[in-house]
Amino acid sequence: MDPKAIANEPVQARQRLPEPPEDLRALYRSMVRLRTYDDRSVVYHRQGRIGTYAIFWGHEALQAGAVHALEPGDWIFPSYRESAIGLIREMPAATAFAWWRGHPEGWWDPREWRIASIAVPVGSHVPHAAGMAWGLKLRDEPSCVLAFFGDGATSTGAFHEGMTFAAAKRVPAVFLCNNNSWAISTPTSAQSGTERLVDKAVGYGMEGVRIDGADALVVRDAVRDATARARAGEGPQFIEAVTYRAAPHATADDPSRYMDPAQLRAARERECIGRFESRLRQLDVLSDEGIGHVRDDALVEMEAGIAAAESLPEPDPRQIFDTTYSLPPRALRRDRDSTLEP
Amino acid sequence: MAVMTLVQAVNDGLRQEMARDESVMVLGEDVGRLGGVFRATEGLHEEFGPDRCVDTPLAEAGIVGTAIGLALAGWRPVCEMQYEAFSYPALDQVLSHLSRYRWRSGGAIEMPVVIRMPYGGGVRAPELHEDSPEAFYAHAPGIKVAMPSSPADAKGLVAAAVRDPDPVVVLEPKALYRASSGPVPDGEHVVELGRAVVTRHGTDATVISYGAMLPVATAAAERLSERGEAEVEVLDLRTLTPLDEEAVLDSVAKTGRAVIVHEAPRTAGFGAEVAALLAEHGILDLRAPVRRVTGFDVPYPYWSLEDSYIPSAERVLRALEEVLRF
Repeated sequence: MDPKAIANEPVQARQRLPEPPEDLRALYRSMVRLRTYDDRSVVYHRQGRIGTYAIFWGHEALQAGAVHALEPGDWIFPSYRESAIGLIREMPAATAFAWWRGHPEGWWDPREWRIASIAVPVGSHVPHAAGMAWGLKLRDEPSCVLAFFGDGATSTGAFHEGMTFAAAKRVPAVFLCNNNSWAISTPTSAQSGTERLVDKAVGYGMEGVRIDGADALVVRDAVRDATARARAGEGPQFIEAVTYRAAPHATADDPSRYMDPAQLRAARERECIGRFESRLRQLDVLSDEGIGHVRDDALVEMEAGIAAAESLPEPDPRQIFDTTYSLPPRALRRDRDSTLEP
Repeated sequence: MAVMTLVQAVNDGLRQEMARDESVMVLGEDVGRLGGVFRATEGLHEEFGPDRCVDTPLAEAGIVGTAIGLALAGWRPVCEMQYEAFSYPALDQVLSHLSRYRWRSGGAIEMPVVIRMPYGGGVRAPELHEDSPEAFYAHAPGIKVAMPSSPADAKGLVAAAVRDPDPVVVLEPKALYRASSGPVPDGEHVVELGRAVVTRHGTDATVISYGAMLPVATAAAERLSERGEAEVEVLDLRTLTPLDEEAVLDSVAKTGRAVIVHEAPRTAGFGAEVAALLAEHGILDLRAPVRRVTGFDVPYPYWSLEDSYIPSAERVLRALEEVLRF
């Protein structure tokens, strides 16, 4: 199919050959682990066990679907909304919780997981993804890069410059925009003059598709197609995945001040895991018992994860002084010595 | 030793490093076939190919932002900002990511990225072509700042910046790109970051400066010497961060008087840091208050007025006379 032909229409679930049930169950398991992580994080925040937390409830199909389409060597550039994306590559939950606990153990070595550090300023990591993809291409490596960001990011200069570089250098990158309708309290309609963010891709000379971001298989297939094209030298690809942020932006947010409750209720009823569960039940891939097991395992994993994060040793204050430079400058060493050994 | 202009020496340093290490790549606006608007990258495109000397889109945040990704992928990018003030759009990437990536990864990830830029005035250019932004970069933890004043140091500091595992901003005095020429060591030449150099020995006062102000500081010192009034030491910092504190303190311990000269505006300029160093660690050596001769706290003026803005040898001389008479 010519991707340009579908650029303005949400991609619907395609006719598929029978899927290997274990693939479907693995995808389902990833979604449930992300959901459980997210649900528990809100609880842990209320219990004072993690700090302010950016909620991703309802985005599990998008996150898991996308990562399940990748090869192990592919790089992921997450925003803070994908703070637990490492779980799908079997990063310990304790690491993800440690990030929200402000503990140094939460700051992983990106090369170990092929997952860049979480980018906090919205959109600012888009050029990093472009640069990584460029660097891989220059070395003739077969790997590809996936960048996650939201609708608000498409308004930033960094997004524009990153997209421009990626297209000019025809790098193997996939830019996955999670259009969840909200940048904190600002709706997409106030964010952009274009109704479909995928239309922005055309201006960069990039191919783009607009998909249902709450359908895990649609997301997985779209990312699979996009990475295949990017790997084949067809240049970077843009995906607008339409979702809805049926939850607060973060634990400190109050959507009742700006969100229509009816819309919110409707969005929560359409949430992605329930949809995927009923499909898997229809296909006889999943039973009530199987669902229970996956959920129970995820809960055990997260409870163990937070406990492990809480039992990490107190961070060493030397961390403050010794990780910014290869060799701390003299003034910094003086501050370190007088602070740590007064 | 070949005699070169300062900009030729920058070029020589880049060529030396690109030949030595295949992961070094140069990227920027018009750095390829044109060789850069000041020709600092002349010939690199032909010698190393378009993948290692890359003409980029006109987007400075994109240049530095993609350099971060390139560094994560194992490259050593050397970014050229066409003029210093055009680096302001890239400050977000410098402050939010480049300077923090090592810290953010618990020290695991190196960011061997160089950002070179011509800086400073005196070249009759339009607005935002003549700033001195070194303090913005020196204030960013994780960033090192080098500012050569001679061709030999330009080659050696560029080479050191490329080899450094941390991000380094190299501010090159555009007024001296062709006005300054001198001997440059052939072959491998590296000037260690964090080492100042005494360029003129003296006993009565120290002028502490860097970059384009070195000739101005030296002219003032020479004039006092010709008049038989004083022998002034001139200290070229060469690297602002890490700062060679010992060199500053040692010289002032000897002379007892300090005048700091830079072209950038006064308030929160790098001179304030040097003055604070002397106040904290050298005050008992001081026989007079520290004086600063700097640009003024205004935007860099229209060029018809720039000669009244840039610190002159006369202004440095007056400051020296004041501290000597104190």
